[in-house]
Amino acid sequence: MLLSLPALHLQTSEHHPLFELPHGRLGPWCSPTGSPAPLSCDTGCGEGSWILVYRLLVPTQVSLLSMEEDIDTRKINNSFLRDHSYATEADIISTVEFNHTGELLATGDKGGRVVIFQREQESKNQVHRRGEYNVYSTFQSHEPEFDYLKSLEIEEKINKIRWLPQQNAAYFLLSTNDKTVKLWKVSERDKRPEGYNLKDEEGRLRDPSTITTLRVPVLRPMDLMVEATPRRVFANAHTYHINSISVNSDYETYMSADDLRINLWNFEITNQSFNIVDIKPANMEELTEVITAAEFHPHHCNTFVYSSSKGTIRLCDMRASALCDRHTKFFEEPEDPSNRSFFSEIISSISDVKFSHSGRYIMTRDYLTVKVWDLNMENRPIETYQVHDYLRSKLCSLYENDCIFDKFECVWNGSDSVIMTGSYNNFFRMFDRNTKRDVTLEASRENSKPRAILKPRKVCVGGKRRKDEISVDSLDFSKKILHTAWHPSENIIAVAATNNLYIFQDKVN
Amino acid sequence: MFARGLKRKFPDGEEELAVPSYALQRQCLLDMSLVKLQLCHMLAEPNLCRSVLIANTVRQIQEEMTQDGAWRGMSPPDAGPAPLDRLVSTDILCRSEREQDQGRPGPGDSHFPKGPHDCPAPDLTSDLTSGPAAPVARHAPSSVWDLDSSRESKGGFQKSLDQIFETLESRNPSSMEDLLADVDGSYYGLDAVLAGMTGSRTSPCDALEGLAPPATTPPGPGCKADLGELDHIVEILVET
Repeated sequence: MLLSLPALHLQTSEHHPLFELPHGRLGPWCSPTGSPAPLSCDTGCGEGSWILVYRLLVPTQVSLLSMEEDIDTRKINNSFLRDHSYATEADIISTVEFNHTGELLATGDKGGRVVIFQREQESKNQVHRRGEYNVYSTFQSHEPEFDYLKSLEIEEKINKIRWLPQQNAAYFLLSTNDKTVKLWKVSERDKRPEGYNLKDEEGRLRDPSTITTLRVPVLRPMDLMVEATPRRVFANAHTYHINSISVNSDYETYMSADDLRINLWNFEITNQSFNIVDIKPANMEELTEVITAAEFHPHHCNTFVYSSSKGTIRLCDMRASALCDRHTKFFEEPEDPSNRSFFSEIISSISDVKFSHSGRYIMTRDYLTVKVWDLNMENRPIETYQVHDYLRSKLCSLYENDCIFDKFECVWNGSDSVIMTGSYNNFFRMFDRNTKRDVTLEASRENSKPRAILKPRKVCVGGKRRKDEISVDSLDFSKKILHTAWHPSENIIAVAATNNLYIFQDKVN
Repeated sequence: MFARGLKRKFPDGEEELAVPSYALQRQCLLDMSLVKLQLCHMLAEPNLCRSVLIANTVRQIQEEMTQDGAWRGMSPPDAGPAPLDRLVSTDILCRSEREQDQGRPGPGDSHFPKGPHDCPAPDLTSDLTSGPAAPVARHAPSSVWDLDSSRESKGGFQKSLDQIFETLESRNPSSMEDLLADVDGSYYGLDAVLAGMTGSRTSPCDALEGLAPPATTPPGPGCKADLGELDHIVEILVET
């Protein structure tokens, strides 16, 4: 069920002049601000004070502007129309991902667009602007399609984006919707060749009779242009909805997981993939479990994990057999009988699984908790963090309004010492694994001024509500933070709240 | 609290109140889940994870009801043994949806005082106040939904689940038609009620009350009576 989304109001005063568009429309805006806030390079202190660097409104109109070079007019018009009639729905951010250096940040939305932000270059007199990201490229990654064989519409919504490690000047990323994975190349061009002998500046052949002299073509500088070109399309391999893609550490293969199967692809081969996991029962009536997420080990290219709707994680070794039907390790926590209810299975369903950067731990998110598992201990997690335990008494309502099926994701910080995940009411949570402290922060325009320190939020669980606390009953369940990202080496985080992207950085001192 | 009521064990002191309300809530949850599964039917490609989780919840409730005896051995005197292959769960869905469609009290021709979604049935409350804790199976037949559930045999239930999974599995034009045949206008009413639940304090049973008006149509005629209405819904679906 679709919940109504809050209307977003643009304020021209905050509007970044660099991105002013023709016809007075607003582009992405950032609200840079006042006092300098040097960044911490120490990634150990995760849940200290956080400041809002700025909020980026992922732009729909800008995509029109920058797509003009690459995409034909028909698509632009479609996109234009969609922006105006269903703006809020198509603009909802559905995935956020930093690249391996943290220089770029990509978002995907329900309208099939990918917007890439680039970190502003560091300059000596502008230390405080270090955490700022500006729009670098935006393109339409997926279009709505129709499967004529099944008579089904295929949504254009971007389910996941994964960056490939950078090998040359160009950047590569994978984006996927429910059915099709695409490999995109994002590259810069700031020079163009001029002075061909047989062609004029527009590329038309010149009349040979007019050619009287020979000249040497030269490269002339031009305005920087960022091009996104689809390099590979990996289609027709998934019957169900793709929920995860993961690039292998061999950098030659990746996997894509849907509800019942996981496929292994080579980046160079688009017309075939290897099915490495298949949990589809011969008789679909016996289906009681689905795959909810999957990821490769960050260093061992033969190892991957996948999580299930029954709250379990399986680790598979591709060296054991071609089809990884039998897992190598099986992580499962025994159920706590005191908390048993009809919703036990639903809330234990894992919505996201992430290896730590070190590869030693796995983090899983279920509806109410985040758990950290040691790869060497299968019978229980080594750490369990309550994300919003106050919802335990509300599970029936959350089942009724379908919120209980929301898929919250989770991320590690650069040093694996802090974990972050989202909640409702635009709240997100951070847990420091060393100090065991945790904090609830809010990504909202009203309650966080740029460069001001974010005030920790508190949800009141008992009867008495203290000042500055918010009661469970007044939480807004339509404002949910499902997708977040943490810079790979610094304390900069990106938080997607419906159609807004917030970037926060750690404030030292 | 509803969630507390879902626990299998009850404190001794509260048993008088807790046992019947537990059965009620369980029935509410079952009804809600069946409606959700029916809505999954309507989607061309439902969210498989969600469908499976709901179906497992239904299985779990059904299993527990079987153990409690709330599921079997409650045939009304005139009905005889329940036929195993009857699709009662689907029947419940269709009927309750028709009631929602009407959205007003029926003409009073019903021999059921309350709709199946109505949790606090009067006879039950009198049961509650009148005596010590009664096992679910003993007083349950006196309440309305158990007349429904009395016809729900495990076999019939299983079959309806199977149907659901069949539709999850394969989609072709004919199965699509079958699906649309089950579609009822109540979907929209239900949606509104469920959406209205967001962030509200209403207990689920209260909300469900809104779904079912006090009177109900006789269960006999089946769910394909309002053809005109169906056509209308099909039109809406096609348009969207």
